[in-house]
Amino acid sequence: MSHYLFILVGAVLVNNVVLVKILGLCPFMGVSKKLETAYGMGAATTFVLTMATGASYIIDHYLLMPFGLEYLRTLSFIVTIAAIVQLTEMVIAKTSPTLQQTLGIYLPLITTNCAVLGVPLLNISNGYNFVESLLFGAGSAVGFSLVLILFAGIRERVEGAEVPTHFRGAAIAMVTAGLMALAFMGFAGLDKYQ
Amino acid sequence: MLMNLFKFKGGVKPPSNKLQSNHLPIAQAPMPSRLIVPLHQSIGGTPRPIIQAGDHVLKGQMIGQADGWISAAVHAPTSGTVLEVAMHVRPHPSGLDSLCVVIEPDGKDEWITRTPIDHRAVPPADVFHHLQQCGIVGLGGAGFPAHGKLTPSKGVAMDELIINGAECEPFITCDDLLMRERADEVVRGIAVFRDLLQPKKVLIGIEDNKPEAIAAMRAAVDAQNEPFSVVAVPTLYPAGGAKQLIRVLTGKEVPGSMRSTADMGVQVFNVGTAYSAWRAVAHGEPLVSRILTITGNVHAPRNYEVLIGTPMDELLALAQPHPDTDGILMGGPMMGFLVPNPQVPVVKTTNCLIAHADRLFPPKAPEMPCIRCGACARACPHELQPFEMYWFARAKNFGKTQEYNIFDCIECGCCSYVCPSRIPLVQYFRFAKSEIWAREREKNAADQAKTRFEFKQYREEREKADKAEKLAKAAAAQAAKKAAEAAAAAAAEGDATPSAGAAPDAAIATVNPEKEAKRATIEAAMARAKAQREAVQPKNVDNLTPDQQKVADDIEARRVAAHLIAPEPVAPDNEKSE
Amino acid sequence: MDILLAIAIMALGAVVLGAALGFAAIKFKVEGDPLVEKIEAILPQTQCGQCGFPGCKPYAEAIVNGEEINKCPPGGAEGVQRLADLLGREVKPLDAEEKPKQIAIIDENTCIGCTLCIQACPVDAIVGAAKQMHTIVAQQCTGCELCLPPCPVECIHMEVIPETIDNWKWKYPVIEIKAAA
Repeated sequence: MSHYLFILVGAVLVNNVVLVKILGLCPFMGVSKKLETAYGMGAATTFVLTMATGASYIIDHYLLMPFGLEYLRTLSFIVTIAAIVQLTEMVIAKTSPTLQQTLGIYLPLITTNCAVLGVPLLNISNGYNFVESLLFGAGSAVGFSLVLILFAGIRERVEGAEVPTHFRGAAIAMVTAGLMALAFMGFAGLDKYQ
Repeated sequence: MLMNLFKFKGGVKPPSNKLQSNHLPIAQAPMPSRLIVPLHQSIGGTPRPIIQAGDHVLKGQMIGQADGWISAAVHAPTSGTVLEVAMHVRPHPSGLDSLCVVIEPDGKDEWITRTPIDHRAVPPADVFHHLQQCGIVGLGGAGFPAHGKLTPSKGVAMDELIINGAECEPFITCDDLLMRERADEVVRGIAVFRDLLQPKKVLIGIEDNKPEAIAAMRAAVDAQNEPFSVVAVPTLYPAGGAKQLIRVLTGKEVPGSMRSTADMGVQVFNVGTAYSAWRAVAHGEPLVSRILTITGNVHAPRNYEVLIGTPMDELLALAQPHPDTDGILMGGPMMGFLVPNPQVPVVKTTNCLIAHADRLFPPKAPEMPCIRCGACARACPHELQPFEMYWFARAKNFGKTQEYNIFDCIECGCCSYVCPSRIPLVQYFRFAKSEIWAREREKNAADQAKTRFEFKQYREEREKADKAEKLAKAAAAQAAKKAAEAAAAAAAEGDATPSAGAAPDAAIATVNPEKEAKRATIEAAMARAKAQREAVQPKNVDNLTPDQQKVADDIEARRVAAHLIAPEPVAPDNEKSE
Repeated sequence: MDILLAIAIMALGAVVLGAALGFAAIKFKVEGDPLVEKIEAILPQTQCGQCGFPGCKPYAEAIVNGEEINKCPPGGAEGVQRLADLLGREVKPLDAEEKPKQIAIIDENTCIGCTLCIQACPVDAIVGAAKQMHTIVAQQCTGCELCLPPCPVECIHMEVIPETIDNWKWKYPVIEIKAAA
């Protein structure tokens, strides 16, 4: 049981998809200007990522592997993810038009979010089973949302700070992200207490 | 009488500086050389001037009529001649002009006929009207028309009537002296309020640094055998804030979103308001003077009874300011502001003038960065987080400041007072508030413009459709007439050759209306197009009398002369289109 | 053989996913475009046409279809900023000069009562009748300047709205900078 917990916590904190693996930086920088959009993006990505890990596991194990078509993995995963993202967008457009507008272009861009493709591929290279895959996917997604929301909170405050003119905007955001990544390095020590 | 007092959070204890001005009795200020009475002196609609330059006015004569329910009349403070009704600087931090009535006193100080009313004999509505006509407004600072606050809230029983004699701001002693010297009339005024509001309890809150005032008020209450309790409240700024005093005396906390404390069953009046209400009810005297403290950097600080509209520099001269005086602070040092120039007049809400000098109020050292120590949050009597509001106000992120409830801020200045970085927090909050209001106004204007634009579009569409329909109808009627004529003719013919003519005629009759209808729609469309063309041309140049035609031709000639337009035959075209 | 199998499987996947998406497209159909309304709420509703579109709503629709967001001079730099925030686009400097808010004033001595300006006013803020003097209702005037060109006698001019106590705003506190010793 604790094995599953380790996968989950490890994915959220220790091997954080954004700050440690440096995946999915596009939405991390793009939608972190406001806290509300960060919440929305976090929720959407969590949903897509969890679904994508599950779906890709099924496709890999019951469609590609029996026929020896592993070389089609990347292609078929991308197609699946694209379909899930489209579905999510439709649902969001129907249920929350505001969220759809605030997320703007970043919502369809989840398709090309490397975290969403990277996590299913990592699952396979790690040899996870279905439950482990789902946990790893969900954990990565929560980790992504967590740092996105933290980062958005910091950026909102940085807006009001006296940042030297040339550092305003993206530059200070990069510095902030770097400092956050350093802080997340501290979680690497968690596995000492296994 | 012992009662359980409550506490409000925060607050500060600045040096009170009240002793300088409270040892001398109230003096009558001499008649000034001229009086400048601003028309807008209370919250609500600006009163309309009802006199003209050159008019002779009597003391207490109405010069500005209340505009709307939340508005109070303005009166001539003495008898004299109206010099002008013009724009003058008002005691307002903006230093902008507003409409004022300037009166030159004739020195006779002759009263107009005063009509007292018996507030118990007449219906409350008449009393409210009388108070409005007498220009009675809250003298504590906000200047809200008193009759507005005396109207009971629907559905909420009035539990407590609170009379505010706390006077928590440093330097100010006008309410203190008023209670010491005129406690009897203050208590009678409170009784008027009590009769109108019918509260269960009447509490008079006075800060415990004014023992003489407390004693005088207690004596007056006992003498009149009224069931009012005079309560000494601990001296702590801002105990005189309405919401703070309610909290201290009743334990009730007024939610920030609540517009009126009356909805909580509490109403608060200043002692000065009670006094002037009594003068209005019992003597028919409108609000033309008030008591005000002159203190600060002066030789002889004292309280004076002053006519509304007296220029401040003349008043300050009475107290003999020290030579290094460099400005006049209206209100207390916490919430007051430097008046834009020394000639501005005293208004109904002016409770104190402080001669300003750097010696007395050293200039603030430059602002330092916020260190997020939280001292402001501890001092805030409204339990706000000034450091957060400051952060977002400075970044002009007004949405966030509203999330932190900036509109609950009463601008008491406690946060600025305690800030170790000397940040002028209140200034940031005022800035943010007025920006939010400005945005609100712009939004409303935009919404209004949008509805008007949409209505105009709708109206134009409708007019076009109406016109087309009318034309189509006329054309159809004409066609029907023609068809009927044709049928009649055919019938006449048919009499002669009944067997041969009837069938083809009937066929023609059925074909013709169809054709006619088609022709009618085409005509209508053409008429529509014509109407559209017409809409961009002036429509008022036909049916002119020869005179008008001549005038128009002249104008046309001038226009041509000015090369504004090329000469072209406009009239015939119009005749055609009509 | 392998390649055929691969094609067959990918085709199968495509058909299944396509069917699912098609179903969802019908199930979660959204009517209208709520974005236009949001944009319109930011535009100042002067209906002045300075953006090149006949009114604020057409411009809002054009923005949704990819038009630049910096074409509204009455909205000012702040309007551009708010549009950029809403749409996640880059902030661009305004396409024209930013003017203070103005209203139109009719010189009542020169007005000949031609009603041309009344027809031009997008918000019906001009009162008057043929051959009668016209006047502008200041509260309703949006300062769009559309009444200026049609006037045959040039009796309309624009005036900056003066600052009064009612529209006065507290200034941003100025941070004093101490001269270095």
